[in-house]
Amino acid sequence: MEPVKNAIRMENITKRFGSVVANNGINLELHEGEILSLLGENGSGKTTLMNMLSGIYYPDEGQIYVHDKPVTIASPKDAFDNGIGMIHQHFKLVDVFTATENIVLGLEEEGRLDLKKAGQKVKEICEKYGFDIQPNQKIYDMSVSQKQTVEIVKVLYRGADILILDEPTAVLTPQETDKLFAIMRNMQRDGKSLIIITHKLHEVLDVSDRVAILRKGEYIGDVATKDANQQSLTDMMVGRSVSLNIDRPLPVNPTPRLVLEHVTAYDELGVKRLDDVSFTANSGEILGIAGVAGSGQKELLESIAGLYPVKEGKILYYDPDVDYAETDESGQPKHRPLSLVGMDPMDIRKAGIAMSFVPEDRLGMGLVGTMGMTGNMMLRSWRKGKGVFVDTKGPEELANRIWKELEVVTPSTKFPVRRMSGGNVQKVLVGREIAQEPAVLMTAYAVRGLDINTSYTIYNLLTEQKMKGRAVVYVGEDLDVLLELCDRIVVLCGGQVSGVVDGRTITKEEVGLLMTQHRKEGAE
Amino acid sequence: MEHKKVHEPLLRMAKRGEMLPPWKAWGIRVIAFLLSLIVSGLVIIAVSGLNPAAVFATMARGAVGTNKSMWVTIRDAMTLLCIAVGLAPAFKMRFWNIGAEGQILVGAIASAACMIYLNKLPTFLLLLIMALTSLIAGGIWGLFPGLFKARWNTNETLFTLMMNYLAIRLTAFFVAKWENPFGSNSVGIINPNTHAGWLPNMLSKGWNGDYAWNVVIVLAVTVAMYLYMNKSKQGFEISVIGDSVNTARYAGIRVNRAYVRTIIISGAICGLAGFVAVSGASHSISTSTAGGRGFTAIIVAWLAQFNSVVMVIFSFLLVFLQKGAQAIASSYNLSKDVSEIITGIILFFLLGSEFFVNYTVHFRGKKVAK
Repeated sequence: MEPVKNAIRMENITKRFGSVVANNGINLELHEGEILSLLGENGSGKTTLMNMLSGIYYPDEGQIYVHDKPVTIASPKDAFDNGIGMIHQHFKLVDVFTATENIVLGLEEEGRLDLKKAGQKVKEICEKYGFDIQPNQKIYDMSVSQKQTVEIVKVLYRGADILILDEPTAVLTPQETDKLFAIMRNMQRDGKSLIIITHKLHEVLDVSDRVAILRKGEYIGDVATKDANQQSLTDMMVGRSVSLNIDRPLPVNPTPRLVLEHVTAYDELGVKRLDDVSFTANSGEILGIAGVAGSGQKELLESIAGLYPVKEGKILYYDPDVDYAETDESGQPKHRPLSLVGMDPMDIRKAGIAMSFVPEDRLGMGLVGTMGMTGNMMLRSWRKGKGVFVDTKGPEELANRIWKELEVVTPSTKFPVRRMSGGNVQKVLVGREIAQEPAVLMTAYAVRGLDINTSYTIYNLLTEQKMKGRAVVYVGEDLDVLLELCDRIVVLCGGQVSGVVDGRTITKEEVGLLMTQHRKEGAE
Repeated sequence: MEHKKVHEPLLRMAKRGEMLPPWKAWGIRVIAFLLSLIVSGLVIIAVSGLNPAAVFATMARGAVGTNKSMWVTIRDAMTLLCIAVGLAPAFKMRFWNIGAEGQILVGAIASAACMIYLNKLPTFLLLLIMALTSLIAGGIWGLFPGLFKARWNTNETLFTLMMNYLAIRLTAFFVAKWENPFGSNSVGIINPNTHAGWLPNMLSKGWNGDYAWNVVIVLAVTVAMYLYMNKSKQGFEISVIGDSVNTARYAGIRVNRAYVRTIIISGAICGLAGFVAVSGASHSISTSTAGGRGFTAIIVAWLAQFNSVVMVIFSFLLVFLQKGAQAIASSYNLSKDVSEIITGIILFFLLGSEFFVNYTVHFRGKKVAK
């Protein structure tokens, strides 16, 4: 056996942010021509470590070697000069430019810009690896997976032979993920070395040759993928044995709580974001919403919460304390459900509807970053009480309760939540929303940024809410979890409902297909 | 093989992990202030060859050296503080009220008009009406940009700025109308004999108490604003909107309503500053009654991070610098530019110190302390 050559060797790398040690004395090797999975929970330091390879951060201590030569990577340009290219989670593309224009953007080449030649080269790269993009297609015309492809071609064009992909599958359907993995293997065959950051275990097992595991900024170790399974990887990631089962009791006496009928909504540019959406969320049930990122999940929840203008259709709310079967003398129903369309969040609250909402954008919508936990508790209660002054006692107590019960890591209830870690921010938000004792609880990506253990705590909390007879709407990105947690699943595709399925019987592949399946045109 | 030299960048900035304790943060600011004095001193030597200690002493004498100069400094600091307190809620809400100049002027016009047309009323009643009308006038001047922002999402920076020019032209019109004596192109002292509409001397004759009422009124407004911003429901709304409009909507805050309400409050207090400037200081009105203080107050409000109590310190600092600058300009026959350079250096250091409150700097080779 010939000795392994290292494409990258990181030696004793330490990076601190203030008093937080994001990476502590990490030694990592990437062999030439292998696919390495970098596995770890959120906040374990995966992205920080990779950002030091791509020149975004500079290590406090330690040395990086590329092909066994010591190098200094102080800027993204240094990274490119060393053949390292990173594909970030968030695309950095100019929407109105074509693929080729985006790819050559920022390149310093001698002489005049020759777009034709560049386009030719882009085409060659695409053919070589099996990419499915047209060099002259504009970015705004592309699907998410095509945009990602442009990012990959961009680093290949620059001659990278070491590629780092930061959670590339987060925005992809299962089918698109398979395609990406095929491409990754093509690149591997061509002699490229790849690192993929992910926390989805089955993908790790699927695509990589070797897995390196980080936990809380420390390097735990590596294993050959063929010697690993989901449970062993999880145990290494978390540091102890974790049960990966979600308890899913049968719903008790589900009755309609929230009924959507033909809801259609447009954004401010007049683009249709929700297209004739109809479904029912029952009490005592977890209703999952599945779909590729940007299929209308955000607009859907915000429409219900009164934060997004609904153009057509009805959103009806059935009060749990009202018997809708009652009729008056003429046989007409005595009570009618409340229509939420046209209400703003204040109207909804004044109407006596306890609606909780964990939005996707935590600091941009659910919380005030500059305030501490107490101030953020006040977001739900600031109007309470007579007089012009706010009551801080109640919120302070609630903040202390959540601090203890959910083990939020923060120096005090006054410490700005913006400066907490993502997982703790999420705990503050989810804790507050559940504390409202809602009739309807809507959560968008409730476990994003949480470690495995806390994620399971949240799943249990949601199930607890369901068993208390609350209608839980769970927008999720991890299909495995959706299939284990939810009673029914609404699948969204391009703002339309492409299916409402039973969470107990449906398979992942079927949901994956629905996620890309537009309804037949002409149905309107 | 060519050996590539590995080197670390000379300087690196890193965000502080935790909040500095207040005494440390204030320590950094005080050090910055002292450093700014040293640098100013060097600049003074370089451009004029004078002894910086003597120059600073002259500044201090000019600002607070005599009973009279001290009261004038207090008076001007109070006016500036009043404007800054007025601007605070708007800026905290990230509503860029650049229109304090105009709001001061219309408040001043309202006060002057009362002094001229209602001079027969008893003192207390007249002063009350003056204060109220100036509040209303300033409020109206804030209302328009607020309404347009809420209704059509117009840019409040441009709108409030334009309202300034409107107010200046309006003032010019009234100055011409109230011209006294005829042909002087100024209003002159209003009610020089009866002192109707002048804030009365609270303590005794002379310079001991002429401006005591200014202090009382403005400090009362300052404390009220502090309570409003930190303890009231509306103050909470302002904080949330300033951080994120989407969060505010999510929390059920009626953002547009809060915009209009807050800018009215902001404009009204700036209008009240116009009243204080006319009734409590100049007893006259001109197009320079605001005199750029509407802009200086923005610096005060930001330096104090909208904490109205902290604004007291910065108002005094800025007025002190201004008065001191005038003193060195006249006693050393220096151009006013030199003193403005000094003010600029001090402000530069004070604003720059905020960076070091939030970040640390690592030097090459030095081990990073835990």
